[in-house]
Amino acid sequence: MTASFRLSLDQLWAIIVKDWRAELRARQVWVSMGFFALLALVVFNFAFDLRVENKASVGPGALWVAFLFASVLGLGRTVGAELDHGSMDRLLLCPVDRQVIYLAKLLGNLVFILIVQVVAIPIFAVIYDVPVLTPGIIPIVALGTLGIAAVGALFAAVSAQTHAREVLAPLLTFPLVIPVIIAAVKATEALVQPVANDAPWLGLLAAFAIIYVSVGALTFQYVVED
Amino acid sequence: MKTLDQQPNTTTANATAQAQRARWLLYGEIALGIGALILMPIAIWAALAYAPTDAVQGDVQRIIYVHVPLAILPYVAFFVVFVASILYLWRNDERWDMLAHASAEVGVVFTTLMLIVGMLWGQGFWGRPWDWADPRLTTTFILWLIYISYLLLRFYTGNSERGARMAAVLGIAGFIDVPIVHFSVTWWRSIHPDTNYLVDNGSSALPPAATFALLVSFVAFTLLYVLLTVQVYHSLTLRRAALRLRAEAEDVTSES
Repeated sequence: MTASFRLSLDQLWAIIVKDWRAELRARQVWVSMGFFALLALVVFNFAFDLRVENKASVGPGALWVAFLFASVLGLGRTVGAELDHGSMDRLLLCPVDRQVIYLAKLLGNLVFILIVQVVAIPIFAVIYDVPVLTPGIIPIVALGTLGIAAVGALFAAVSAQTHAREVLAPLLTFPLVIPVIIAAVKATEALVQPVANDAPWLGLLAAFAIIYVSVGALTFQYVVED
Repeated sequence: MKTLDQQPNTTTANATAQAQRARWLLYGEIALGIGALILMPIAIWAALAYAPTDAVQGDVQRIIYVHVPLAILPYVAFFVVFVASILYLWRNDERWDMLAHASAEVGVVFTTLMLIVGMLWGQGFWGRPWDWADPRLTTTFILWLIYISYLLLRFYTGNSERGARMAAVLGIAGFIDVPIVHFSVTWWRSIHPDTNYLVDNGSSALPPAATFALLVSFVAFTLLYVLLTVQVYHSLTLRRAALRLRAEAEDVTSES
């Protein structure tokens, strides 16, 4: 481990811890994010009138749409609001790589979204009566959320600097993450109702996450700098 | 820095260079316009009269001569956006930014037309305008959504330099998504037993007259794409020049 890499890790950790502390003390985005995900699940239950015969195919879709909406909502509040308040400008003045700032924002938010999901998935499994509480759900949720957050964090930073603000973030994020939604829903469906010769959905989720974390890390500087 | 010199400003040397470039743009537009004007009627004639009527599909197959060029050119247009966006972030030259903007606008128009024409064909041949089981159709539709959001971002950021950089980031991220979207929508339906396998409308078995019609139409639409992109680019340069002049005029009046 070289010294500069070690320094980057220290900086990453310092920014993440700062964000968590701020989040735990003040805004409590994760509480509204979690409540939003729960509300979305309830709304979908009535919108699609889930019954025994269709719950395996509709349930995973409802779960992932709820996660997508909640993630974009949460990222808009944390990354976007930070640009609004000017605290990002001060962070940019520090001698820290832009890649490190992006990764710190991404990982810090990822942990909050994952906490929301750890609460939401058991609730989903119980109220939808869908058996998703198996170890197989862990890589799907982790990789799917990483992909959504990688794109979401980048374009939350973009939309916060326009006239449209939070309206624009989902408009930019949703079309790009459609592959994640397809792959995550299909992989979750396969947990409920195993499919023979299924497509390599986990591989697609992993590839998407790797590609967009890289794209985000490389281009974040052009979005936030003057 | 070299990149700073390339930023056009209003010194006289640059102004002459700009006037020279504008003249070349105009010549290019005239040449492309004449070419498209000649080829487009030939393409229409070849598609409607010269090419034989399809044995299976009937006359509705003639839509293909318009549909295929309109389906291929957006991918070219969005590839231009991708490359121009990378070059803009790398060289910081606003001409790349304007090229990306122009190509995206024309690409979205072509994609819109392709979707409409494709739905007409679907209504005529499948009996319904849309089929989510066709991965090409679905991929292109998602592509259309991505570049609509690109134009929305352009609209919301105006002419700022930061807005141009953010659009470039989306232009790069959007094009990288194309193969991933294609894989996901292909796999999405192919595992279902009720998959609707479509008749391949590829050109391998086409008679010579049909190949000719397709080729002429492709060249005509390619000229149209280049012409429209150059024109949008030209109008963007004029708009920026006007904004600069206005800013200068305001400077002068505030000084005096």
